[in-house]
Amino acid sequence: MLSTAEIHEIEEAIKVVPVKKAACIEALKVVQAHRRWISDESLKDVAEYMKMTAEELDSVATFYNMLFRKPVGRHIILVCDSVSCWVMGYDKLRDQLIQKLGIKYGQTTPDDRFTLLPNCCLGTCDTAPAMMIDDDLYKNVRIDQLDDILKKYS
Amino acid sequence: MEKPLTHHIRDDKRPLDLKEYEKVGGYEALRKVMKGMSPKAVQDLVKESNLRGRGGAGFATGLKWSFVPMDVPGPKYLIANADEMEPGTFKDRILLESTPHQLIEGMILSAYAIQADHSFVFLRWAYKTAAQAITQALREAYEAGYLGKNILGSGYNLEMHLHTGVGRYMCGEETALLNSLEGKRATPRAKPPFPQISGLFGKPTIVNNVETLCNIPHIVNKGSDWFRTLSRTTDTGTKIYGVSGKVKKPGAWELPLGVTMRELIEEYAGGMQDGVKFRGALPGGASTDFLVEEHLDVKMDYTHVAQAGSRLGTGTLIILDDKTCPVGFVQNMEHFFAQESCGFCTPCREGLPWVDKILASLDLGEGREEDLKLLDFHTKYLGPGNTFCALAPGAMEPLQSALKYFRKDFEQHVHDHRCPWKENGHR
Repeated sequence: MLSTAEIHEIEEAIKVVPVKKAACIEALKVVQAHRRWISDESLKDVAEYMKMTAEELDSVATFYNMLFRKPVGRHIILVCDSVSCWVMGYDKLRDQLIQKLGIKYGQTTPDDRFTLLPNCCLGTCDTAPAMMIDDDLYKNVRIDQLDDILKKYS
Repeated sequence: MEKPLTHHIRDDKRPLDLKEYEKVGGYEALRKVMKGMSPKAVQDLVKESNLRGRGGAGFATGLKWSFVPMDVPGPKYLIANADEMEPGTFKDRILLESTPHQLIEGMILSAYAIQADHSFVFLRWAYKTAAQAITQALREAYEAGYLGKNILGSGYNLEMHLHTGVGRYMCGEETALLNSLEGKRATPRAKPPFPQISGLFGKPTIVNNVETLCNIPHIVNKGSDWFRTLSRTTDTGTKIYGVSGKVKKPGAWELPLGVTMRELIEEYAGGMQDGVKFRGALPGGASTDFLVEEHLDVKMDYTHVAQAGSRLGTGTLIILDDKTCPVGFVQNMEHFFAQESCGFCTPCREGLPWVDKILASLDLGEGREEDLKLLDFHTKYLGPGNTFCALAPGAMEPLQSALKYFRKDFEQHVHDHRCPWKENGHR
C-alpha cells in the first residue's frame, strides 16, 4: 500500500506532465526515497496507481541504474570506475573498500549499513579518484581517509 | 580575454542568487527581448553568431531552432540537457552548480525564440549540489516574474521544471532523453521525425546542452559580432575546456575556441606530472578519437579537430600517459559503453560486450593473433550507419584510433602473453 505521503508526492509529479504515465519514474523515485528500494510489492502498488501493468513498469524500473530492485543498505557507496578515475588508480580505493567492508560490488554489509556499487563517471574527473556516499561527493579520495569518511555514516 | 560564461562565478563556487546575478547584468537580456524583440529576431541573432552546440555534436544552434514550426497551435518544449555523463566530462557541472540563473535565463530566451511554453532541466542524478542550486534559482525566478504567466508584462508564458534522472548514459541522446521524460526506457527514437517537429509528447521540442544555453544571454546582450570576436578561429565563442589524467593541475577553464591542445596541457594544466610523458588524448570525452603528439598544436575547435581525424566533442581532454596501458585505457571505456548500451539494436548490444571481452583477454595476456582483426572488424560494423544511434559509433572512435596509433602495444600484448605495463608495476 502506498502511504499518504507517497501518494501526495506522486500526485505532485503527475501535475507537471500531460500524461499520467509519464510520471512513473518519479513515482518509483518517491517509493525508493521512502523505502530505500523497490520491492515487487511496491512495484505492483505503483503500477496500479499509475494505471500501468506491473510488467510495463518493471521494464522501466530495471532499465535505470539508480532504481534499486533489490534491497540496499542504509548508505550507498558509489565508486567511480570511469576512465579518468581508472587512470588515477581508482582500483586501490575499490579494493580497500571491498576489504574494509568485507563485501563485493553489489552486496550489502550484514549490519545493513553499506551497499557497495560501481558507478559510471561522476563528472568530477579533475579530482579523480572520486566516490559518492548517499548525496555526498568525495574527491581526490586517498585510502588513508577512508576510515574517517566511513565513520560519518551509521 | 573575455569569459562571459564564468567570469562572474565566485571563487568559492557557491551559486549566485538572483540579486547577485542581476548585479552582474543578469536578466538584462531577458528584459531586452521582452521589451520588443521578436522570436524570429532572437533566432536570427543566434544564427548570425554561429554558435554551435556544446554537448558534443556541434550542430548549429540557430539552425536547429529554425526547424521548429512556429505556426502550429499547442504546446512546445525547450529542454536543457544537463545529463552530463560522458566519461571524462565535467564542464556543465561548473555552470549548473555556480551560476544556475545564467542557465535559466538562457533557457527562457531560447524557449521564447521557438515560442515554447514548457521547459525542463533534465539533470543528472549525481549532481546533488546543482539540483539544490537550480531548485532555489527556479523559485527565485518565478517570484521575480521571470517565469510563469505574462513574463515581464510581455504576454509570454513559460513554465519550467527540474527533472532529475535515474542514471543511464543513453539519456544524453536527445530522443532517448525525451523517452525518459515520458516515463519510458531511454531508448533512442527513429529520426525523422526530428524532435523539432515531433519531440516530447509528440510536440515540437528543442533539446540544447547546458553550455550552449548559457551563451544565449550574452549573445543577446552584446550581439553576434561581439560573439564572433571571442574565438581565435572561424568557430565562434568561448569553450569550457577541461583536462584530466596525469597532469600537474587538472581542471576546467573557459577559453577562446581554438586554443591548442599544447596550451591546454602545458599552460593551464601545468604540464604532465613528473616522471610521465604524454602519449595521446581524447579531445572531448570517451567517444572521440585519440589525438597524439603530432596533434599537440591542433587548434581545439570543431573544424580543426575534425581535420585532425577526431571530434571536439565536449572539449574535455582525457590524457593517456606513457605509464598507462592504452589497451587497458580503451578497455575501461568499452566496458562502460557495453554496460550503457540500451540493448535496443543488435550490433550495439552484441558487439560492444564482444569488444570488451576481447580487450579484457588482451589485458590478461590471453589475446590471440586474430583478435586484432576482430577489433578492426568491429570498428567498421559498429560504425556510422550500422547502428540505431550514435552510441556504438562513438564507442568505436577511441578503439579505432588506438588501433591506429598504438597498434604495436596491442600486438605486444598478444606476442608477450601479458600486459607490459602491469609487469612494470604500472596500469
